[in-house]
Amino acid sequence: MSKARIATIWLDGCSGCHMSFLDIDERLIELADKIELVYSPLVDAKEYPENVDVVLCEGAVSNEDDLKKILKVRARTKILVSLGDCAVNSNVPSMRNPFGVEAVCHRAYIENAQLNQQIPNQVIPQLLKRARPIHECVKVDVFVPGCPPSADSIYYVVSELLAGRMPDTASKTRFGA
Amino acid sequence: MNPSAQKTLSVKTLQIDGKDVSAREDQTILDVARENGIFIPTLCNLDGLTPIGACRICLVEVKGARRLLPACITQVQDNMEVFTNSETLVKYRKMILELLFAERNHVCSVCVANGHCELQSMAQKLGVDHIRYPYLYPKLSVDASHDRFAADHNRCILCQRCVRVCDEIEGAHTWDTMGRGTSAQVITDLNQPWGTSETCTSCGKCVQVCPTGTLFEKGRASGEMTKREFLPYLTLMREERE
Amino acid sequence: MTPEELHKVAETELESRQQIDHTLCVCTAAGCVSTHSDKVKEALEKEIEKHGLKEKCKVKGVGCMGLCMAGPLVSVERTGALYQMVKAEDAAAIVENLGKPPVQRLLCDTAQPFFSRQKKIVLENSGVVDAERIEEYIAAKGYEALLEALTSMNPAQVIEQVTKSGLRGRGGAGFPTGLKWGTVAKARGDRKFVICNADEGDPGAFMDRSVLESDPHRVLEGMAVGGYAVGASQGYIYVRAEYPLAVKRLKDAIKQAERLGLLGHSIFGTTFSFNIEVRLGAGAFVCGEETALIASVEGKRGQPRPRPPFPAERGLWNSPTLINNVETFANIPPIIRNGGEWFAGIGTEKGKGTKVFALAGRVNNTGLIEVPMGVTLREIIFDIGGGIPDGKKFKAVQTGGPSGGCIPEQFLDMPVDYESLAKAGSIMGSGGMIVMDETSCMVDVAKFFMEFCMTESCGKCVPCRVGTKQMYQLLCKISDGTATAADQVMLEELCDVVKNTSLCGLGMTAPNPVLSTLRYFRDEFMAHIHDRRCPAGVCKIGKEQVATV
Repeated sequence: MSKARIATIWLDGCSGCHMSFLDIDERLIELADKIELVYSPLVDAKEYPENVDVVLCEGAVSNEDDLKKILKVRARTKILVSLGDCAVNSNVPSMRNPFGVEAVCHRAYIENAQLNQQIPNQVIPQLLKRARPIHECVKVDVFVPGCPPSADSIYYVVSELLAGRMPDTASKTRFGA
Repeated sequence: MNPSAQKTLSVKTLQIDGKDVSAREDQTILDVARENGIFIPTLCNLDGLTPIGACRICLVEVKGARRLLPACITQVQDNMEVFTNSETLVKYRKMILELLFAERNHVCSVCVANGHCELQSMAQKLGVDHIRYPYLYPKLSVDASHDRFAADHNRCILCQRCVRVCDEIEGAHTWDTMGRGTSAQVITDLNQPWGTSETCTSCGKCVQVCPTGTLFEKGRASGEMTKREFLPYLTLMREERE
Repeated sequence: MTPEELHKVAETELESRQQIDHTLCVCTAAGCVSTHSDKVKEALEKEIEKHGLKEKCKVKGVGCMGLCMAGPLVSVERTGALYQMVKAEDAAAIVENLGKPPVQRLLCDTAQPFFSRQKKIVLENSGVVDAERIEEYIAAKGYEALLEALTSMNPAQVIEQVTKSGLRGRGGAGFPTGLKWGTVAKARGDRKFVICNADEGDPGAFMDRSVLESDPHRVLEGMAVGGYAVGASQGYIYVRAEYPLAVKRLKDAIKQAERLGLLGHSIFGTTFSFNIEVRLGAGAFVCGEETALIASVEGKRGQPRPRPPFPAERGLWNSPTLINNVETFANIPPIIRNGGEWFAGIGTEKGKGTKVFALAGRVNNTGLIEVPMGVTLREIIFDIGGGIPDGKKFKAVQTGGPSGGCIPEQFLDMPVDYESLAKAGSIMGSGGMIVMDETSCMVDVAKFFMEFCMTESCGKCVPCRVGTKQMYQLLCKISDGTATAADQVMLEELCDVVKNTSLCGLGMTAPNPVLSTLRYFRDEFMAHIHDRRCPAGVCKIGKEQVATV
């Protein structure tokens, strides 16, 4: 049996969901027999490959780069998993939304900066008007809320998907868990 | 007739989800369902406060009724046939919950009520794992002017429990509601800072009944945000005294 | 006051009219006042004085004559000549021609269908009596119904007549009035109340305002009869404060009636006492909903509570309360005077009597009309209303305000009554009728009404509070050309949940304007969503896609 092609991506999040994924500990070894990690912040691949079976997406869609990434990921992946609250409901990144980009940047880079006060506009991607959950940008197949979702719930989700079943996450995790 | 004789209440029999149950005539569908271990979700309702039927989460189907009825406020009738868990009801409840989450800025992960929030646990119970409606992201304030308590309007679901407990139990009527539609907001006195309220007795009942992290005690970590269930006791003692 | 005294007042009034040769009636209801009929009235008075005709000619302010678009209106009593669009400068010509052939250039054709096709019961005194003088109302058989009810009928007989008449609530829902009165009469309570709902809030509706401004005593009399029938001695009229003229005339009317003993203690020497107070609404649409209105009268925040219990059982201060709309009460005096059977002979099988409509929008004769139930929409819009201006094509008529719907051309020949309008996806409502032609975009119309419901939602229940906001935002997306097919699915789903789960009528009916436009004008929604085009050219759809991110 060929291994499932799995990827993970990291948008606007704290990497806590990836940490939680690693927290499944020794079960990683068991998973390694069944999956091939084709793209991830944890591996070296530079370009998101074609024909990915499952992708775990951490983080909200906050800037232009995130949006480009998630559109490409969606186009090249069979099952897209929104992993964690930032991906599912934009969570902490969304806390800027009521105020607007300009006010937030001004607070961060002018008011609260001691040196070199300026709003960056080169090299780093521009913020979108609002940080958005992934399902507002592309179709999402599985939602795994939690901040972060526990290692057990992530393991459960991946195992179910590998077994060809849709996981029922309600019993395992919740917003903010 | 002996004036001290208790008012007699007749007993009604009805069916809830196919189960035959009996009830006193002054009971609501919700009372009877709970007595019989039938779960009907609620948010604005709280035992000991006047039910207002505002959140619409407890709506049930009653055979022959033209509309869905709130279980918290609808009194039982003989031969009523109640259905608490139809496909339509489950769908509506989820939608109403999603509307609530989309209305204000509910960020569970950084909320002081995380793990003790009725909105959060209701979402899990009803299987709401994401919100399909666009978030409205209103700009709302936090009132931390009170010495011991604070109010974060980002988390309020307008259940009016604070308004009712302050009026009906404490008798201060410090809390009330102002504004219309999504601009409605709970306020202290005539929209003065809580800390300057002359009517607030600082009893903290509003904090205890708040289902979310809107009203909270300062200096407490989310692990300490457990609520005391004092209302059933208070109302019981009052009823006995009467 | 005794019955004899009442008749004496009428006689004196009629006699004093014999002394006058010519009476000029100037409309002083809000419609004509807005086109400065007060100036016209002044000018006419001056002119009469100038000609030394003060003894023989009189100018009097009267209520609404209906054809508001042609205001200010002035009519000449006895000859029946009607002058339209009168300016203060025309006063001289009008006065000079008294007793001669009328001034041709100002003449309004009273033979036109707008006048001839109407049947006036509620508005029988509108434009005829001086609203500010109780004597005029009494001379027009005013308070005779109250006299008859109090002196020769018992409450059950009054209710029987109302039931026989087949009158149904004119506020919108069409609940049988006799049944409501009977229920309140039977309800147990130490005290009972009568409330008149004059919180007219539908955009484009001004029926109640006109009745109150033109003939306030009729409403007071109807309420007093209601109070007698159900056993109440206190009444409240809940009027919106945005109707200052109506409020003033009501308050004056109450004072006059009290002065003559037609309100107050032991009316007509009977044991029946009845007082009426005016309560002002502070501009919340939801206070037209009866339980919210009651909360507001009690001095509480105006928000509805679940029914049952209905106000008939537990209303104002938890007492049994009879709550009817202005037009409903205004129908009561003629029903008592002429009998329920007379009233039941007018209209259709299920809709008895007449209905007052406020005709507005893209129609030639905007104004106030009263027609028997069962006339067709085509008669109302094209005969009475005079059709669509500028040779444009009729598209739809909106009835029932934000709770109603848009009725398209194929229903024009449908007789107007409660059931048929409901079948067509709208409601009778309180009587607002907004005509739309091909220049109206139905998405825009739906958006307008949704915005109204959203801002007027009281915020108590979740589906109405948040659902209307979400629906409004989706309609905005559709109208600015950024919506997707998924948005439309979501809109229809929201219509369903808001309609079926909201606490009160405002929420339950808020989706109606969307549902009815979707039902009959789906292609217009499709054009906005799929072709990014507004067929009527109303919505501004940008060339470049507005960034939704």
